[in-house]
Amino acid sequence: MSASWLLRRLALILYTVFIVSVLVFGITQALPADAAVTLLGENATAEALNAIRERLGLGDPIWWQYLRWVGHAATGDFGLSMRTGQPVGPEMLTALGRSLLLAVAAILVMLVIAVPLGMVAAVRQGKLADMATGLISYLGVSFPEFVTATLLAMLLADTLQWLPATGYVSPLEDFGGAVRHLALPVLTASLILVAHVARMVRSETLDVLHSDYIRAARLKGLPERTVLVRHALRNALLPVVTIVALDVGYLLGGIIVIEEIFAIPGIGRQLMVAVTARDLPSIQAGALIMSATYAVANTLADVAYAVLDKRIRYD
Amino acid sequence: MTDLLRRLMRTPQGAIGLLLLAVLAAACLFGPWLAPHDPEKMDFLGRFRPLGAQNWFGADQFGRDVLSRLLVGARSTLPMALAATLLGTVAGAVVGTASAYLGGRWDEAIMRTIDAVMAVPGLLLALLLVSTLGNGAGNAMIAIAVTFAPGMARVTRAVALTVRGQDYVKSATVRGESASWIIFREMLPNVMAPVVIEATIRVSFAVMLFATLSFLGLGAQPPASEWGLMVAEARQYVHQAPWIIIAPSLAIAMTAIAFNLLGDGLRDAMNPRDER
Repeated sequence: MSASWLLRRLALILYTVFIVSVLVFGITQALPADAAVTLLGENATAEALNAIRERLGLGDPIWWQYLRWVGHAATGDFGLSMRTGQPVGPEMLTALGRSLLLAVAAILVMLVIAVPLGMVAAVRQGKLADMATGLISYLGVSFPEFVTATLLAMLLADTLQWLPATGYVSPLEDFGGAVRHLALPVLTASLILVAHVARMVRSETLDVLHSDYIRAARLKGLPERTVLVRHALRNALLPVVTIVALDVGYLLGGIIVIEEIFAIPGIGRQLMVAVTARDLPSIQAGALIMSATYAVANTLADVAYAVLDKRIRYD
Repeated sequence: MTDLLRRLMRTPQGAIGLLLLAVLAAACLFGPWLAPHDPEKMDFLGRFRPLGAQNWFGADQFGRDVLSRLLVGARSTLPMALAATLLGTVAGAVVGTASAYLGGRWDEAIMRTIDAVMAVPGLLLALLLVSTLGNGAGNAMIAIAVTFAPGMARVTRAVALTVRGQDYVKSATVRGESASWIIFREMLPNVMAPVVIEATIRVSFAVMLFATLSFLGLGAQPPASEWGLMVAEARQYVHQAPWIIIAPSLAIAMTAIAFNLLGDGLRDAMNPRDER
């Protein structure tokens, strides 16, 4: 991994954020809502409307409005929420923190479930465990998040009363409560990922198990456990880094629905509230922050891949 | 074609997938005639009636027959998902093939831009588009199509790059054919097979995305019996009647499973050498 490769990746992130910002700004500007009317209500006088259009610079050319928005956004200033009148940036970043907590927990839970599942399926190829894993994978990718969330909440919260159905508790205030409140959302979010990753681990492990160096390790007389854990697992896990990074996209999309259902005040729920209220600055900030997070996650995965796999030389 | 169908039927995924699809197609085509009751008919004495002889899948909060609503609702769900996938696939395939044909800097610029657009999570992009276009089934369909196009473009480009080096494309270039002729008449037909497989699997995403948008109140609008909308409306009655949530949930999952199975079956049928 050379410095120029890192620089190129960095330039790519910037280009990505640029395109995303144009996309987000373009789409939201086309919203069939007059920002001035949204702020003041239908009954506002023409003078009041004109005054606020003047203040927001709504009469300026579109590219100038874009540059002003991007310029401010780069310093973390996304303007004031049309709904609450509060600055959008800090609110969205706090929400992002809660969402990241949910996302990271989901990825960890997924790894703990998916990696052993995929390995076992590969080692017992064609046997019952393999078929069970295949079935789980199929079901996992075939249930949209809102269905999984609704069904899990029905079972674990309403019927068995094991977990609270909705709400968010900060882990800094009450750790046990936070875990109990996050359990259902994390379970929901990790299910679709388990399906993807278990499949990937299985096929990678199969590839590795059929390779020459595994045969060599076996012929050397190493115990099967050592062969699997020390030799096969490491090499099978590498590509998983990439698929996890790609899945962050699913995860962030899924989080919108999951937070809405479980009433978690993360960035996804903020975005839904903003979309419903046609709160332009909040929509723009939420969408841009979410997309930038995804772009950064992808790059981090590339770097991690390069660090983990010494054979890969990026130049 | 019949040969492909025969090979498809021989794979377990393909056979089960086709079977499930036949059920779904029947619901789409003949739903209103198959439905045992009028899906809109309310019956206040029969509210939350459990599963039984009168209502096979029970009745909902207005005493409407759940099975009838599911059967009729297939029409509000499936055709939309198919249309969205088709639209997104065609747009993506054209862009991807053109990018591969142009090559060099153009290819680089187009692909980096597509990468950037794909940095917006699918549901988020669809959400933004629908909020701009306005809520409704048609707009949700367009939003999903736009969301799918970049991914399809990337898949198509990868295939088209190998096609581009083939002799028949070279000879068309030497003949002096126009770029649009080469893209549409020489390259596109030859990249279709992998693209069709990818698109089949995407239909299951489209079904889920469309149901999700309806669930969030942005897609199909009441009183439609779109499946995602049915789940959303049933959620507050979870204590009285869990079946009005479970039935449409399973319908969505079954549709997604059907297209996933068909996609995997097609892949096996088209590439017989890959045994895994």
